[in-house]
Amino acid sequence: MKLEARDISFQYDNGYRKILNEFSLTLDSKECLGLTAPSGFGKTTSCKILAGYEKPEKGQVLLDGKPLSSYKGYCPVQMIWQHPEQSVNPRLRMKEVLNEGDRLEERIVEGLGIEQGWLNRYPAELSGGELQRFCIARALGERTRFILADEITTMLDLITQSQIWQFLLKEVKEREIGLLVVSHSDPLLKRLCDRVQKLDG
Amino acid sequence: MEENRTVLSIEHLSIIFTQYDGGFEQTQLRTIKDLSLTVKEGEMVAVVGASGSGKSLLAHAVMGILPYNASMSGEILYMEEELNQKRIEKFRGREIVLVPQSVSYLDPLMKVGSQIRKGKKDEASKRKSHSVLKRYGLKEDTENLYPFQLSGGMTRRILISTAVMEQPKLVIADEPTPGLHLEAAKRVLSHFREIADEGAGVLLITHDLELALEVADRIVVFYAGTNVEEAFVSDFYQEETLRHPYSRALYRAMPDHGFHSVPGTQPFAGQVTSGCPYAARCAYTEDACYRDIPYQEVRGGMVRCIRMDSDNGGLHDMGKGDGK
Repeated sequence: MKLEARDISFQYDNGYRKILNEFSLTLDSKECLGLTAPSGFGKTTSCKILAGYEKPEKGQVLLDGKPLSSYKGYCPVQMIWQHPEQSVNPRLRMKEVLNEGDRLEERIVEGLGIEQGWLNRYPAELSGGELQRFCIARALGERTRFILADEITTMLDLITQSQIWQFLLKEVKEREIGLLVVSHSDPLLKRLCDRVQKLDG
Repeated sequence: MEENRTVLSIEHLSIIFTQYDGGFEQTQLRTIKDLSLTVKEGEMVAVVGASGSGKSLLAHAVMGILPYNASMSGEILYMEEELNQKRIEKFRGREIVLVPQSVSYLDPLMKVGSQIRKGKKDEASKRKSHSVLKRYGLKEDTENLYPFQLSGGMTRRILISTAVMEQPKLVIADEPTPGLHLEAAKRVLSHFREIADEGAGVLLITHDLELALEVADRIVVFYAGTNVEEAFVSDFYQEETLRHPYSRALYRAMPDHGFHSVPGTQPFAGQVTSGCPYAARCAYTEDACYRDIPYQEVRGGMVRCIRMDSDNGGLHDMGKGDGK
């Protein structure tokens, strides 16, 4: 499968500044692509557009040549956000958060080091690194074809970072899921990605 | 030059929270355990630890702003005298300042200019605040903005500005860099470096070891509520000069040094009962690891590990690439 952004331009309603200008990107489901830029250059915005959360002003997002919006039901492009504490419902227990995913295999939950004792807790009772494991598991549902990882390990310590990436890399390789890694850490991108694209204004 | 004075000295600090565990059951949750460190004049010491390890509590303990259900044991000395509630109330905001974690510590309904001046309206304070803003590359009219109008990077600089309005002798920076890209983060840290170079002691609290290594003089490695090692920045240039297995694991987890991980997660502070908090994940655990372990000096640094022998200055049977 192929995920494609074609000549996308975008600005927020209240913004005076164009965030993306004719931005294009191609991601194959067999590759791992890095995306880097300073803050404020639209890294998160481009992920949101690629995952269908925002509609671009100009240009289109294509999945295997068809517009992403024409796929109904579960979205095959899943985004993992930078701040896990802001991307889970604070009133749901963690096991319910996992149920938001798409027919999750037990293997994934185990592989990410999620402990049984955490499942009955609420988000506020877990640390950032523990929460992020749930967010990653939730995104790895059965019908996921692409993962957009937006700075998903910046707030974690180095050991947890490498734990999470090693699991994720193995998983996407086995299932042929395309992976977009957004980060400002060059050593990390060099370590993880087949190629790296720079986003410039 | 005379010997630099010790600005802050923390000895055997423990923090215990009293909680209600359903009904009238009270439980004691120990979040920081036997923590010791020192900061000297002109020195920048970084406390590096994962989220949930109790780093922010350390800052709050020094500032005397722990919540009411926390109790503290051990000693905190400021300028070689005990820092009790009376003294901290006298010094905080003046000689001892905290640069907090996020924009939420600013008053959302107050212009940043008056927040930097702490409400003072006299000419001298105004002039001083203008020069402080200028020092951090902010325009004079920034003072008329409200916190919500600031970008992430500007907010950081405003928070630092509030700290340097007086002549601080001790600056505690709690996670000053998240959400900033590398260049911006380095710029923010260079401001703290400057403050240290001007003679103040700076205690930097962060999860980002790679950044801390660029600016600090010494690194205190923090794990599950206690410090397992204190090392010079130069000790992190290679694995062999590090003293604790956890620090070595951190070293090996860097993308440039192999990206190796260790299974398991940091235990909750309350779960560690005695002994080394890292014992459950360490490849070299033995029975003695679960008993009390002294914090001892080795090669100029400090370490809390029974395998560390102060005589030969190295870890027994721990070559390069151990624990895989």
